[in-house]
Amino acid sequence: MFGKKWAALAVGVMGMTLLTACGGGSDSAGGGAVTLGFSQVGAESGWRTANTKSVQESAKSAGIELKFSDAQQKQENQISAIRSFIQQKVKVIAFSPVVESGWDTVLKEAKTANIPVILTDRSVDSADKTLYKTFLGSDFVTEGKKAGTWLTKEFASATGDVNIVELQGTTGSAPANDRKKGFADAIAGQAKFKVVASQTGEFTRAKGKEVMEAFLKSQSKIDVLYAHNDDMALGAIEAIEAAGKKPGTDIKIVSVDAVKDGMQALADGKINYIVECNPLLGPQLMDLVKKVAAGQEVPTRIETEETEFDQAKAKEALPKRQY
Amino acid sequence: MTGHRLFWPIAALVALLLVDLAVKPSFFSVELRDGHLYGSLVDILRLGAPLILVGIGMTLVVATRGIDLSVGSVVAISGALACLHLSGLGDQNSVGGTLVAVAMALGLCLALGAWNGFLVAVLGIQPIIATLILMVAGRGIAQLITDGQIITITSGPFRAIGSGYLLTLPLSILIALVVFVLTSVLVRRSALGLLIEAVGGNPEASRLSGLRSGRLIWLVYVFGGLCAGVAGLMISANTSGADANHAGLWIELDAILALTIGGTQLTGGRFSLGGTVIGALLIQTLTTTVYTLGIPDTATLLVKAMVVLLVCLVQSPAFRAKVRRRRKSPPPAPADRPVKVEVSA
Repeated sequence: MFGKKWAALAVGVMGMTLLTACGGGSDSAGGGAVTLGFSQVGAESGWRTANTKSVQESAKSAGIELKFSDAQQKQENQISAIRSFIQQKVKVIAFSPVVESGWDTVLKEAKTANIPVILTDRSVDSADKTLYKTFLGSDFVTEGKKAGTWLTKEFASATGDVNIVELQGTTGSAPANDRKKGFADAIAGQAKFKVVASQTGEFTRAKGKEVMEAFLKSQSKIDVLYAHNDDMALGAIEAIEAAGKKPGTDIKIVSVDAVKDGMQALADGKINYIVECNPLLGPQLMDLVKKVAAGQEVPTRIETEETEFDQAKAKEALPKRQY
Repeated sequence: MTGHRLFWPIAALVALLLVDLAVKPSFFSVELRDGHLYGSLVDILRLGAPLILVGIGMTLVVATRGIDLSVGSVVAISGALACLHLSGLGDQNSVGGTLVAVAMALGLCLALGAWNGFLVAVLGIQPIIATLILMVAGRGIAQLITDGQIITITSGPFRAIGSGYLLTLPLSILIALVVFVLTSVLVRRSALGLLIEAVGGNPEASRLSGLRSGRLIWLVYVFGGLCAGVAGLMISANTSGADANHAGLWIELDAILALTIGGTQLTGGRFSLGGTVIGALLIQTLTTTVYTLGIPDTATLLVKAMVVLLVCLVQSPAFRAKVRRRRKSPPPAPADRPVKVEVSA
């Protein structure tokens, strides 16, 4: 029994040594091309898949050698991926942290090895800001604010109460918290805007529909739906239609993301306004990687280029929408 | 009357509905809108249908002393395959194409059920482990089918499965009702139910007494796969899209909860299909209640857990006996009792 265990351990250790040796052997990054180690969260949504594709394609066209690793939603996978990137002596490491905390140790290892780190899409809560070079991603609070600002303009002339229902993202997630806050900030100070019901739709279509169905029955008057992402808005549209109302007309809808299906609904007049949350970070990321690798200074926080869509703009943009 | 085994689940369901009625008097209002019934109660039936189906399948599996953790993944695979086929059709509204999509999805689910049955009945792997394999791998398969994206479809006939109406009633609850009636008749009017209970009660004894328990076990897993497949069609049809990541997520746990509430024993040998239906409706009523009453997100899970705990407590014979004994025990009772009542209220 013991013998077997030890044998297995020995094989494991040998395997690891071999791997390390391989990692050391393939170290050719010092020469021509810049090597980038990228650790992705996973493939949990269409948004994420588009994000991955963008990174892979723009690395190729920018002539950057990409070592890509999928963490399948697990922090320990990401940490071991980053360690192996350090082993392989890549020029730059970039990753989308699964969760906010617990990164200090591995980031220190990268710093000691003199490898700059770029955070994409999501941030970390490390107190020591020198552990990473920069953050590239969206500002979720701003997204919520944009949605709220559109609403105040759309209903500027309304005199009565404007009853708003809100479909929140996954409880406790950064985009849900921030989009809620930004929206609330934007409509604060105007008493006519009332959020009469707010529940989580877990960022999914099914829950968005189910919760909206309940809202439609429990609220006597709904003027506006604010959904934290397109998928929940799409589910809610079905609920509104089943209630015999016209989405986009009887109930105005504003949401965040601008994925293809959402844009289609916007073009069809079922959604009134979408604030973009851009997954196509690739080109901006590659620019940053080149600058960082060349030792240039970069700002510590870079927001992705994001726009907003109304129905006319959606019709224009739809044919070119990749995700 | 309290002796009937469905008394407590039904009492809990009625109590929950009464709470809704008290807080939101409009909860019970059902009206005719666009030629179909419209109201919270109709929602509960329509949205509860997939869980009822998965629950019925799970009940028979549990009756043989098994468990099927893979149903959630099978739900995702079923919806994914049907939507993939539909999205490739030139005319998504064609009834023929929809039927092909449904047949393909259900065929695959039968095969997946047979795989589970093979692992459990032929290879003798413990059910919880055998079905855990498909639970983990199945979601991956569904993601492969959809390529990680949500496949959106526009097929009218397919959508009807999840959100259509027949004779003013939701089609999904009618499908669930048909499955429930057919299954009940089949297991209770024939010896099938008895044989399943015998296998669950004591597999070895029933095998020695000449029962082909292997075949029966195989059969219940195949049936469980089929039920999950139909539920998967309903869930994806309800939102006109296949979401491989979220469709049917944790539905296996809800199904196990539903049948437990309904009085089926996880140790096998005794089951109640009617109880499972009541349990599933109770769970859906709870969810709809949370949304209707506007209970904050952060408290939702806790509220649900409390209700479930309460239902399980009143159902537990040991707990009821304890409460009764305490009430009967004479000495401190008179002074003590009013205080206790106040605290619990």
